[in-house]
Amino acid sequence: MPFATQLSAGLGLKPQHFEAARGCRADGLWFEVHSENYMVDGGPRLAWLEAVRAQHPLSLHGVAMSLAADDEPDAAHLARFKRLVERFEPVLVSEHLAWSTWRGAYHPDLLPFPRTVEALVRVGANIGRVQDVLKRRIAIENPSHYVRFDEHEFGEIEFLDELVRRTGCGLLLDVNNVYVSARNLDSDPIAYLDTFPAAHIEEIHLAGHSADPTFGEALLIDSHDAPVAPAVWALYEHLVARIGPRPTLIERDDNVPEFTALLAERERAHGTLGAPARRAA
Amino acid sequence: MKLFSPAAGRLRRFQEQFAHALVDPELNDPSGGVAQLVAQPGFAVYRNTVRKGCIDALQANYPAVMRLVGEEWMRAAAAEFARTHLPARPMLLEYGAQFASFLAEFAPAADLPYLPNVARLDRLWTEAHGARDETPIEPRQVTALAPDELARVTLRPHASARWQWFEQQPIFTIWSRNRDRGDDVEGNIEWRGEGALLVRPFDNVQAIALSRAEVAFLDACAAGQKLADAAQAALADEATADLAQLMARLLSAGAVGRIDIDRS
Repeated sequence: MPFATQLSAGLGLKPQHFEAARGCRADGLWFEVHSENYMVDGGPRLAWLEAVRAQHPLSLHGVAMSLAADDEPDAAHLARFKRLVERFEPVLVSEHLAWSTWRGAYHPDLLPFPRTVEALVRVGANIGRVQDVLKRRIAIENPSHYVRFDEHEFGEIEFLDELVRRTGCGLLLDVNNVYVSARNLDSDPIAYLDTFPAAHIEEIHLAGHSADPTFGEALLIDSHDAPVAPAVWALYEHLVARIGPRPTLIERDDNVPEFTALLAERERAHGTLGAPARRAA
Repeated sequence: MKLFSPAAGRLRRFQEQFAHALVDPELNDPSGGVAQLVAQPGFAVYRNTVRKGCIDALQANYPAVMRLVGEEWMRAAAAEFARTHLPARPMLLEYGAQFASFLAEFAPAADLPYLPNVARLDRLWTEAHGARDETPIEPRQVTALAPDELARVTLRPHASARWQWFEQQPIFTIWSRNRDRGDDVEGNIEWRGEGALLVRPFDNVQAIALSRAEVAFLDACAAGQKLADAAQAALADEATADLAQLMARLLSAGAVGRIDIDRS
């Protein structure tokens, strides 16, 4: 069984919540961090993460491997990632179907690209390289979309499916991204969820979004600055009814509330997952 | 799915154009394949997210600067900086290494001649905070040295220790009063040079005012000079310096990470 079945619903871990997180004993709770925020040589951040890791399963979520850039993964960045994986022995490791670094400049975002055969070969090779160095499988996340491409040769699910076939990677399904993308590109989120390859989903993400200040509801932004929206909860419940329980993360990166508020959202996801029995992975 | 893909190199050209359009807000009519993307309202989301990511990071990494100039000024300066200095590495906790030098050349900051140096201390704090862990040398480890050993000793600054002398500007005082959003410290600031030490012997970064002699001493230690030579360097800068007190202060601050004894 490839899935980390002892995990129920988890939370994105923020530094201001370290103490509360460490002491929390909620059933099936786990935490996820952005790997880049722990790529330091030493200091209290790493010490705190060690302390949380001693109590809870941990997931490392990379935001900057730039897998879809037409370039190999940066060797120094990959080495830093590997050090974290070796030190914290995460239960899950994930990255994005996107690019962010180009010619040595990092753009703090998850940038889109035309899903062509050329891109498929490049992204597949890059995922393979990362998995070889980390000596483990990683899960690839579907990003949010804001612009329409004429050049796509693959649908996103078709592209992800092909990456799984070529590299043996897993998938991270971000339901909020599905909703935001479907609204922005006028597609059907239910159809997307119903055709997403369930067998390879290692993790699910849930987050809040916001309406663009200029274009309003016609342009939704994956801002992670609000509670999970009702429409996204409905999609999540639909998904879990189809595929069964998977480790599910509540992400919040801006307007971060008290730990208890995030825990309440986690409890809802935990309830949807039906509190799976704790078993060894 | 189409069966024929265009020649290789298209992804590279796409990224070249996209990255260019992303950071140049004037470029609303680019040539090449990204024109139809830039024309869509959603393209601005990418521009805004990249800009916001950089600005938020600078605001977080330069809290004393931010408190001195206010959020609006800070974000405007950060936006200007980010336009020409995208992060070179994807760890935003360390973004903005050149922000102090940028401020020194930034025309709107000309009325605040101390601002670049305050930014330098914010930067040194970041460096100290994420530096390699090292158990500091305790004062008794130095006092326990035999006299013949003392003559051959080099004190190595702690891995997290960062220090600087600021000529003619009370940067340590200004920075300390603005770094934390705690109680405002009242009282006039005496306008004279100050040194600062930021060091994280254990969990937290400690900020300590340094004399000119203490700065000279640490500089000499960092350059690998023997204890006696470092002491001379301190006295050369400040003839009346109390060396015993100087060493006690630096050692109890955790500023020394290693004692090397020359056995040759």
